[in-house]
Amino acid sequence: MGVVPLGDSAAYVEFCTTLDLEVNSVVQRLALAILRRKVPWVRDVVPALGGVALHFDPDNAEFPGNPLEAALELVNDSLKQALATKDEPGREVELPVCYEPEFALDLAEVAKLAELALEGVASRHAAGEYRVLMMGFAPGHAYMGGLDPKLAVPRRASPRAVVPAGSVAIANEQTVVYPYAISGGWNVIGRTPMVLFDAKRARPSLLWPGDRVRFRAISRDEFMQMAKRA
Amino acid sequence: MSIRVLRPGLLTTVQDRGRHGYQRVGLCPGGAMDPVALALANALVGNPADEAALEITVIGPELVFEEDTLVAVCGAEFDTSFPRNRPVLARAGTRYVAGRAKRGARAYIAVAGGFAVDPVLGSRSTYLPGQFGGYEGRALKHGDVLPLRDPAAVDRFSALKKVRDGTVRWSAPPLTLPDREPILVHVIEGQHFSSFDANSQRAFFDTVWRVAPESNRMGFRLSGPPLGRPQGDEILSGPTCLGSVQVPPSGVPIALMADHQTTGGYPRIAEIASADVARLAQLAPGGRLHFAKCSLEMAAELRRDARTRLESALRGIAWEYQRK
Repeated sequence: MGVVPLGDSAAYVEFCTTLDLEVNSVVQRLALAILRRKVPWVRDVVPALGGVALHFDPDNAEFPGNPLEAALELVNDSLKQALATKDEPGREVELPVCYEPEFALDLAEVAKLAELALEGVASRHAAGEYRVLMMGFAPGHAYMGGLDPKLAVPRRASPRAVVPAGSVAIANEQTVVYPYAISGGWNVIGRTPMVLFDAKRARPSLLWPGDRVRFRAISRDEFMQMAKRA
Repeated sequence: MSIRVLRPGLLTTVQDRGRHGYQRVGLCPGGAMDPVALALANALVGNPADEAALEITVIGPELVFEEDTLVAVCGAEFDTSFPRNRPVLARAGTRYVAGRAKRGARAYIAVAGGFAVDPVLGSRSTYLPGQFGGYEGRALKHGDVLPLRDPAAVDRFSALKKVRDGTVRWSAPPLTLPDREPILVHVIEGQHFSSFDANSQRAFFDTVWRVAPESNRMGFRLSGPPLGRPQGDEILSGPTCLGSVQVPPSGVPIALMADHQTTGGYPRIAEIASADVARLAQLAPGGRLHFAKCSLEMAAELRRDARTRLESALRGIAWEYQRK
């Protein structure tokens, strides 16, 4: 475990520099344990792939002053509790996905790289059990681990200027869902009609760190109906 | 009871101090690029520090106050005859007309009582990439009408003394405007600083960088000699913060500003001392800066100094409102 500064108002406590799902699971529990302490000078607790970032309010009178010491103390005080708890943080979320070619912009390319039939890519993706490892890039954008290794293809050589909102994409050993129409380089293999992030909802994000996610294949008709309701 | 937009300027948005607590779902705090100027503008019209104001950028807007309104404009010096850094009683029909920013890049137009826009996730800040917050989640356009939340707050002006021509004879100090360029920006070494070779490390501190035209509220791209790629394997995506300086494969550093992404996969060569972020935000495209290394202790000291200067200015303003 190491701690590095993120400027003078935040710090990153890192447990590993390569992706390790077991370490990430500890990170999720640790982040939750720190959040639950409701420390007034802690503004944000951000679980990342290999560690947890803590953002402080340096103007709070109770802030101890040194971000590295503050972060280490919080982590040390919360780690035991985080390791002791058996219950997994996060909820079960099911996301309907239409894998039809009209939405699956890179399905053919992925199938070729993975040496699978088109249906094979979709069924393997939908069969997986995923976990939100980290959120970032855009509000509501979750990096999820648990992708079938057979589907672990690299990112596209050139990113798309605009990936449609709801696009379900894969790269390396992760899957993501683009919450907005934004630029992105992952391989798009389907689309969900769900709204991933809506600032007007009480829980603005559909996915949260630590959530366990499953994808359910839906038809184009179901997609259209659900999109209309959303 | 409102302000009408006749010409929006380059980028005019509603901003307050931002929304905290959502970085774990990928939402940055956002808010005013220069929170110091925002704090001064709010204080000058008797608002609490977390009230929202209009952030105007590089080319100012043309606005008309449709009712008597207590206004203050702080931050960058725009080409305008409207008084800066002081409370102004703008009578109904008065216009605020600003041209280009002559010194600095961003100013804040605060009105007594604030604007009647609904908070979203605890803040009135406009978050442009997500199209929410502020005024309909977007920059102001010609014809927009911003209602005031508390039109009676204009009466605060009557508490002030030594009033002449609708304003006062004192002013608040501009705390974040550059006296000369290049400005000095203090940085703390980033997590990946040591994986850059000695030449890149040296170039980072020796170069006078320019804010590139393709800079925005998300980040400032810095033009100068491209930095070399760091040694070692590709890094695991990790957290970022306001002021992180990332180096993508192009070698062109990007300083993350208010609407930054909360995680990133590029090496972070440095993080800007929090006390210096507001000053950097006052550089327009083409503006020049250089970096100086500082310790965490020094960054904390810079922050304390900046806060002392702001608090002393705020106390001075509060005293003018209370001394009757």
